[in-house]
Amino acid sequence: MELKFDRSLCEKCGTYDCLTKCQYLRLDREGARREIMKLINREDSFVLRECVTCYACEEYCKKGNHPFYLITELQEEKGILPVPKPILRQWINTGIPTKRDPQHFPFAREPVLSLCLFPEFVEELGGRLFEGFSIIVGRHFFCQLAYLHFGRPSIIKERLPRIIENIARHGFKEIVFFHDECYSTFTSYARAYGIEVPFRPVHYFEHLYKRLKELEGEIRPLRVRVAYQRNCSTRLAPDKEHYLDEIFELIGVERVRREYDGENALCCGGIFRLQQRYDLYVDVQKRNVEDMVRAKAEYCVFNCPMCYYMLAEGVSKAGVRPIMLHQLCKLAVGEPSR
Amino acid sequence: MRSVKKEEIYKALVEIVGRDYVSDRKEDLYIYSRDPGLEEAHEPDFVVMPKTVEEVQEIVRLANRERIPVVPVGASLSLSGLTIPYKGGIVVDLRRMDRIIEVNRMGRYAVVEAGVTQGKLKAYLEENFPDLCHSLPEAPPSATIVGNLVIHGQGHLAQQYGFNSSMVTGLEVVLPSGDVCRIGSCALGPYWFSVEPFPVPAGLFLGWFGATGIITKVGIRLYPRKRLRDVEVFVVEDPKLVPEVVYRVAHTEMAEDLTTSAQPYPPIYQGIVMIQVYINGDTEEELEFKRRLIWRSLKEIIDAKEGGFMALTPDIRGTLLEEPIPTLTRFADVLRGGGFVYCGAIIPVEKFPEALKRLFEIAERHQVTFAHSGRVIGRGHCMMFAFAYPFNREDAASMERAKKALDESYIATLEMGGIPWKPDLSAQRMMIERMDKGAAELLKRIRKLLDPNGIMSPANWGVEP
Amino acid sequence: MSASLADIHRCFRCGWCMLPTNFVDYNCPPYVRFRLEGYSPGGRLWLIRAWLKGELEWSERLAEVLFSCVACRNCAESCQMRFKDEIVDWIVTAKSIAVEKGLVPPKVRDFLENVARFGNPWGLPRAQRMAWATGVKRYDKDEYLLYLGCESCYPERGREMAKNVIAVLEAAGVSLGVLGDEEECDGNEVYMLGELGLFNELASRNAKKFKELGVKKVLTVSPHAYNSMKKYPGRGFEVLHFTQLLHELVQRGRLALSGVRYKVTYHDPCFLGRYNKVYLEPRRVLQGIPGLQLVEMRRSRESAFCCGGGGGNFVFDMLYGPESPARVRVREALETGAEVLAVACPICKCMLEDAVKDEGLEDRIGVKDLAEIVLDAMKGP
Repeated sequence: MELKFDRSLCEKCGTYDCLTKCQYLRLDREGARREIMKLINREDSFVLRECVTCYACEEYCKKGNHPFYLITELQEEKGILPVPKPILRQWINTGIPTKRDPQHFPFAREPVLSLCLFPEFVEELGGRLFEGFSIIVGRHFFCQLAYLHFGRPSIIKERLPRIIENIARHGFKEIVFFHDECYSTFTSYARAYGIEVPFRPVHYFEHLYKRLKELEGEIRPLRVRVAYQRNCSTRLAPDKEHYLDEIFELIGVERVRREYDGENALCCGGIFRLQQRYDLYVDVQKRNVEDMVRAKAEYCVFNCPMCYYMLAEGVSKAGVRPIMLHQLCKLAVGEPSR
Repeated sequence: MRSVKKEEIYKALVEIVGRDYVSDRKEDLYIYSRDPGLEEAHEPDFVVMPKTVEEVQEIVRLANRERIPVVPVGASLSLSGLTIPYKGGIVVDLRRMDRIIEVNRMGRYAVVEAGVTQGKLKAYLEENFPDLCHSLPEAPPSATIVGNLVIHGQGHLAQQYGFNSSMVTGLEVVLPSGDVCRIGSCALGPYWFSVEPFPVPAGLFLGWFGATGIITKVGIRLYPRKRLRDVEVFVVEDPKLVPEVVYRVAHTEMAEDLTTSAQPYPPIYQGIVMIQVYINGDTEEELEFKRRLIWRSLKEIIDAKEGGFMALTPDIRGTLLEEPIPTLTRFADVLRGGGFVYCGAIIPVEKFPEALKRLFEIAERHQVTFAHSGRVIGRGHCMMFAFAYPFNREDAASMERAKKALDESYIATLEMGGIPWKPDLSAQRMMIERMDKGAAELLKRIRKLLDPNGIMSPANWGVEP
Repeated sequence: MSASLADIHRCFRCGWCMLPTNFVDYNCPPYVRFRLEGYSPGGRLWLIRAWLKGELEWSERLAEVLFSCVACRNCAESCQMRFKDEIVDWIVTAKSIAVEKGLVPPKVRDFLENVARFGNPWGLPRAQRMAWATGVKRYDKDEYLLYLGCESCYPERGREMAKNVIAVLEAAGVSLGVLGDEEECDGNEVYMLGELGLFNELASRNAKKFKELGVKKVLTVSPHAYNSMKKYPGRGFEVLHFTQLLHELVQRGRLALSGVRYKVTYHDPCFLGRYNKVYLEPRRVLQGIPGLQLVEMRRSRESAFCCGGGGGNFVFDMLYGPESPARVRVREALETGAEVLAVACPICKCMLEDAVKDEGLEDRIGVKDLAEIVLDAMKGP
């Protein structure tokens, strides 16, 4: 599995958006060019140590040349550790299946929803929005993408084929993925590494939108102002984000215009904390939340459960209500959100 | 005991506490014969439940006259059989004496009867004195305050203020003679603020597991309870780093509780040791200040990538912040078997890596699953290191394995120069054999002096089998 | 419905079950009464296990330990183990084994025989059941079938409560009717005593009758009946407790409430509270009454201390004495400074009113059911 990387694209780039737009490294064009050249020559660069793994450069690079995936390859090659060793070990171990993780869901039929490592959402992901869905969940279906945060793409490469096989064994043609990272794994990451994916990944935005459209007559517009917390992995596959705005329109929700949205979004900070960058963690959360408050958001809508876990308390303390997207959609069709 | 004698004693006990509060029924005796650990059951002759100090005195006097053993008990949760009536006799269940007598806010102390539970005091303080708390152990809330003190227990304030037994400010004790005495400032006046510098030491009755008398009232220190509380979990792979981590964090004097944990399963715990650092504060500012100092104290280890703080999800954080943390009780269900035992070793913190190594070895040798939990006492003067083994009550083999692992853990503790905390009988014997001869002699003499008829919890710290 | 006892050895006897979730004080009614460890939930489970393993022989004491459990569910609420929800079922199963073997104490045997033969645990004639309710409308396609239950039909205070409930609901124009002589015991206590055969018999008789009459909604006076009927297999009707309907009526302003002028504390009945998580509605009813000051006891909601009437104990009174749960509860109510102890269950009403008398506190606190308080409010201060 080799990264589909074309160095000539970087050599001819000229704008080096990946690094000049980086919200954390603050490089000018000349500095960016210098560091890019080091990276494409597989040399050491401070970028490898200072990268906060927000995934944004994947989005910034308009040539689709995977600068972030390259960074992770180089980190591993050079033995650079974005997080302390014991933290890395915990995360590696967390993906090891236990006796409680089923390898197969014999009664699962399409339509099927994958919950990855988040079984706590099984009950909530019911009601009319997910009527008739079977669920697959557990470590045998864990997308592994998180290891990009830890500079260990080898783990993804080692485990992903088995994960794909576990899914494929069920014979599903289409799977809806609750976890944004799963969707990015089976689209962006798989493509970048030439991994074959024998099913069509459907993002839960797409499913929610289509289902809400079916229930359009029963929707009671919520008429609230929401801030959207844009998570890291959505930047790997932003193609499905239009569904989000379509959902918001359907359910009568206004996505407030604020500084830290879209390409300029700020991370939830969870990974920064794991990197032991406590000041940065506090800073991004503060700026992000203050931005939501300034924009008079009543809710902060989360796409990713990890973002929710890391940021919900801070959001809540500032007087903005944290809510997962599916919970918001449930409210719109008159179902209890939890 | 001959049945005529038994009848007499039964009648005498009924005279003292009333018919409702004495029993010699098989069913009642069954329960008091055993505790939830692995020690052998021994039936008492009677169970009696006094309400007043006078009743306790009468019971003890009767026992002295008739030379019957007396075993005072609270909730019997030591798990080391410290409340098992090995020589029969009268089990005195003190839990009817459950009044909270006084809370002195300015003096920051509480006076409670022997049967007051951890939970009851906690709830009472939360309602009536929300800026005060006592050092709460991880035992079930049904455990008694006095029970914890007589075994030199430790609570969540151990790192700041030491063993719970060093928080005693006064005692009322019924001596083996049946006389009652008070120790500390309460012996001189109405206040229970301190046992020092009173000449009679409280230590005569702490750590003796009932062998020197029955504590009927105790004064304990209360400490500031702040509005906010949080926890950071520092993770290392190399156990040898743990003493250094403890040293540095203790130096900041910013932490409240400082605990350790390690277990082989599930996989997320494999190969690491977790150090839980609790902080508290009345404001976010105070909390953040303490947090940053603690982070800073570990900067070198972090920069070397040898250790780091976890990013806790709300459910994990929520569990760690519960008071007490129920996961320790739940360890009993790991094998779906209803029990666990542990050797709580009081060891120097620098012995942590060796202790952990031994735990793994012992578990391997006996093919048992296990867990470690630990608590730093004082500024790292020592720590409680638990070697914990679950067992299944329906599986005799699992019980045997756990017992063997437990016994070896006591041996390991002594070999490392540690003190077994709340040792079972066989560990007590090992300690007596091993200890300084002068101390062993003193142990014997104090017992003889206070309890010449040998009626008080005769098995505990007894030199004869 | 009967739980296997295969897991009973998993009880660690750690004692979490003895306390309420807020730790205030011991919360297991038989333990509070007897104070011997065998009467605590963990002690009881260990004794059951010892008995079934042949380590202990069946005896009067064992019978007392087993049948003194009032099934209040505090233990299941407080237990920290994965099997917490099975604890009460284990005790019920143990009771059913004793029943099967004919080992029940005489008082329990009488209770069950009376229900089977006379449709009530006191063994009073069926004819007396509705004798007091001659003026009450018999059910005939009304919106609600008002199910009265044994405890609202035979004891005087239960009848008072039933009358209060009927009066309030009629004042609000609620369409209801009672079954009259056809009413059958709801079976809750029979179930809790382990006589599962009789419970199933009663359940099917009741369900059949309701079906024949085309009953769609059953309203109960007693939380025991509410709890029991919710568990009827293949139930084709909705069940509501009268406090839930009262709540709706108060919210919608269907009752003209002038107000009262007393301080009230509300006693959560186990079968409404811990069993069915209905904590808010009765409180909202009280809070909706002008001039009523609602205060909480130290142990309320999921931490509430049971009056000790469950598990048939309201008839055979095993927990009687100066430290009976009901008397302890009344003292707790007094501590709040309340003049009125509000109840939502006829059994609680009987137990607590007796306790007030036994404590000699009639001039300091009185027991009133929720319907009675609403009637007071309709009359005005």
